[in-house]
Amino acid sequence: MNALETVDLEKRFGGIVPTNSVSLRVREGARHALIGPNGAGKTTLINLLTGVLRPSKGKVKLGGGDITNLKPHQRVARGITRTFQINQLFADLSPLESIALVIGEREKQGARFWRAFGGDEAIAREAASLAQQFGLADVIGERTSSLPYGKQRQLEIALAIAGKPRVLLLDEPAAGVPEAERHEILETVAALPKDVTVLLIEHDMDIVFGFADRISVLVEGKLLVEGDPKEIQNDPRVRAVYLGEGAGD
Amino acid sequence: MSTADTFRQADAALKKKRAWHWLEYVFWLAVAATVFLFPSQHTLLTQIAIWSLFALSLDLLLGYAGIVSLGHAAYFGFGAYVAALFAINFTGEPLTVLLVAGIAAGLLGLVTSLLVLRGSDLTRLMVTLGIALVMYELANQMSWLTGGADGLTGMPVNPVFGVFPISFRPTNSYIYVLCVLFVLFVVARRIVHSPFGYSLRAIKGNPLRASSIGISTNRRLIAVYALGAAYAGVAGALLAQTTPVVSLTYIDFQRSADVLLMLIIGGTGYLYGGIVGSALFLIAQKFIGNVTPQYWEFWIGFALVVIALFARDRGVFSIIERVANALRKEKAKP
Amino acid sequence: MLTILFDGIAYGMLLFVISCGLAVTLGLMNFVNLAHGAFAMLGGYCAYVLVNFYGVPFFASLPVAFLFAAMIGLVAERSLYVHFYNRSHLEQVLFTIGLVFMTSALVDYFLGSQQRFINLPSYLQGRFDFFGVGIGKYRLLIILVCALIVIVLQLILGHTRFGSRLRAAVDDQRVARGLGINVNRVFALTFAAGCGLAGLGGALGAEILSLEPHFPLKFMIYFLIVVSVGGTSSITGPFLASILLGIGDVAGKYYAPRFGGFVIYTIMIVVLVLRPQGLFTRGTSK
Repeated sequence: MNALETVDLEKRFGGIVPTNSVSLRVREGARHALIGPNGAGKTTLINLLTGVLRPSKGKVKLGGGDITNLKPHQRVARGITRTFQINQLFADLSPLESIALVIGEREKQGARFWRAFGGDEAIAREAASLAQQFGLADVIGERTSSLPYGKQRQLEIALAIAGKPRVLLLDEPAAGVPEAERHEILETVAALPKDVTVLLIEHDMDIVFGFADRISVLVEGKLLVEGDPKEIQNDPRVRAVYLGEGAGD
Repeated sequence: MSTADTFRQADAALKKKRAWHWLEYVFWLAVAATVFLFPSQHTLLTQIAIWSLFALSLDLLLGYAGIVSLGHAAYFGFGAYVAALFAINFTGEPLTVLLVAGIAAGLLGLVTSLLVLRGSDLTRLMVTLGIALVMYELANQMSWLTGGADGLTGMPVNPVFGVFPISFRPTNSYIYVLCVLFVLFVVARRIVHSPFGYSLRAIKGNPLRASSIGISTNRRLIAVYALGAAYAGVAGALLAQTTPVVSLTYIDFQRSADVLLMLIIGGTGYLYGGIVGSALFLIAQKFIGNVTPQYWEFWIGFALVVIALFARDRGVFSIIERVANALRKEKAKP
Repeated sequence: MLTILFDGIAYGMLLFVISCGLAVTLGLMNFVNLAHGAFAMLGGYCAYVLVNFYGVPFFASLPVAFLFAAMIGLVAERSLYVHFYNRSHLEQVLFTIGLVFMTSALVDYFLGSQQRFINLPSYLQGRFDFFGVGIGKYRLLIILVCALIVIVLQLILGHTRFGSRLRAAVDDQRVARGLGINVNRVFALTFAAGCGLAGLGGALGAEILSLEPHFPLKFMIYFLIVVSVGGTSSITGPFLASILLGIGDVAGKYYAPRFGGFVIYTIMIVVLVLRPQGLFTRGTSK
């Protein structure tokens, strides 16, 4: 069963084709990594998956259902959430408020205007336990903008997880995190619930091979090859275009 | 720390955020005291209270949802005209009139929000400005209905609940307006502290993230835009009830600019900014305006430039804070 | 009918000369300058004072108005505007509206609130008949001068080093900086020139546009329409938008005086809603 699937997905901007008939299949419960050199079209693909962009052609399916024409927030409701390569947080809210907000939206309580925010004990409890889980308990009430970068990075993932996704897109989770705080993020990523399917977009090969059980390689908008880590590591084409070994470039 | 501890801490933090601060009680007691302390100033105070409500309505858009508007007077004026026409043709019962005006302006906001909410800040500025200009032209041209440039007079205002006359009674008018302001303030306060209110803050803070945690950003913005328009409509209706004539000045650009300025002076995003700002603005206008009525405009312009240069969210309070900080540093120097 | 067309073109050309500087401000620095009309007004008053009080010939007053507005623009840009480039649009709007209020009040203080008329030389007054079309001499002059300015602008933009730098900066600021172009200086000069052109337009069109202290507010919406409908990626867009707006406004006032403003504002809203990037921009959006 595929948790996430694209069929002949294509995006054109004028003459540029950043996504060129990509048919990606991510199995239920997989730890799938998407790698590729700079400019391979990884960001565009994520934006197509999450609905920020509309494809010129092709389909996006989530758990077998077609989500190609859904808006971003509708896709979240179907069970796909994401993190961002560059933090996209609510600077003026605290981690607690941010997480509680996500949970409230997930529980379809976000449009209630006559209830007190945080008045629902179940939501507050869940938010507190998520904050605990992501190492945010000690800064739970502080303004997000005042947190150290590593904590913000944790919050970035916590917000995506708080939506209880079936499929989670992780866009370079360790990007920019200082070496000292790196292991914390990697532990968090490794400890993600097993029933969540994860698609990891990553540059860092150590992270990819330490995490993924399946790898797809994207080059110039096209899927070059897909396989398990061993196959990818030994694939001459991947070595040529990506790992750079033996290739002139 | 255990999860239970974290929950207790979290719960306390959330409760504290939405609870009334003691300063808020002091503030409203002081406002109530003005009824007795300044009996000769009730006309001015009524103006301040009405502008406060108008500025509060803009704060809902700007301070909480980040929607910039240069034409908020469109809804204020629409509410005022609806109030006057409804009172003339149906009933002068003041609360019914307010309700009708609020609903009408809210509906106008609902419809126009579809135009406003597309595009960037700049497009929003232009479209809100354009809507207000169109409303102005309409009011001007449909003189058979609105009285055109002469305005609309003869609006009946019955006693509130049949027992509390407000027509041509400055003190009663002031009490009436103040009560409406307070009730609507409490409602707005409750709304901004609801899940809906927090989702607006999220949209304002980061629309990209807001939609990727599942918030339907457009719907929420439409809702708050209609709410802000309804509040503005009630403010317009209040002014119509407490002044003899509803005229084109209710919709003109000056009014949209003034309300924006008042809100900015008082600061956005904490609901009190509009009240503080309109009080400061109108009191200053009274004093400076008395000395050099023509050049009041210069000082408004000056205030705008200074505030834009130095103050961010908290209006005059940011400037006071900056000055205080500078003085403290000065003192700290040997 | 043709006379209206003619008057409309004259009016539109004026609008273009005044607002092309605004297009650059908006396109290059993404800066919302609601005070642009103030520079046009200053140019107009500069010409008014020179011609009426000191007897300077009308033609001689035009370049002075240009320089005057450009100087003030340069000073304002370096001292005030420069603080607002990275601020939000709201702060830019507050700041520039503040400037408008201040200039209007100052002009009111020094020169009075009445509408002022520049004493035009007698050879510019009246109209002549050209194949049955009544042609106002003054409006003909406006068209000629503005056409000249448009041609000169095209030449500068298309065929000089400065022009190519400016176009590079408008296209992509980061790349332009990377190429070693001093974007800040390019912008300061362009800003000043834009203000100068506004001043020149204000002086030239003082008669049509009615010179009074609230000129900047009254015409603010027109200038904004020109740049938002025309787009900011070329000067052709604003030019076409100006001409259309000019003709539309003159015709509207003539044929349907009651609905002139209404129609124009409605069209503006519709265009903005359907084509937020402007009517005459290339199809793709960034």
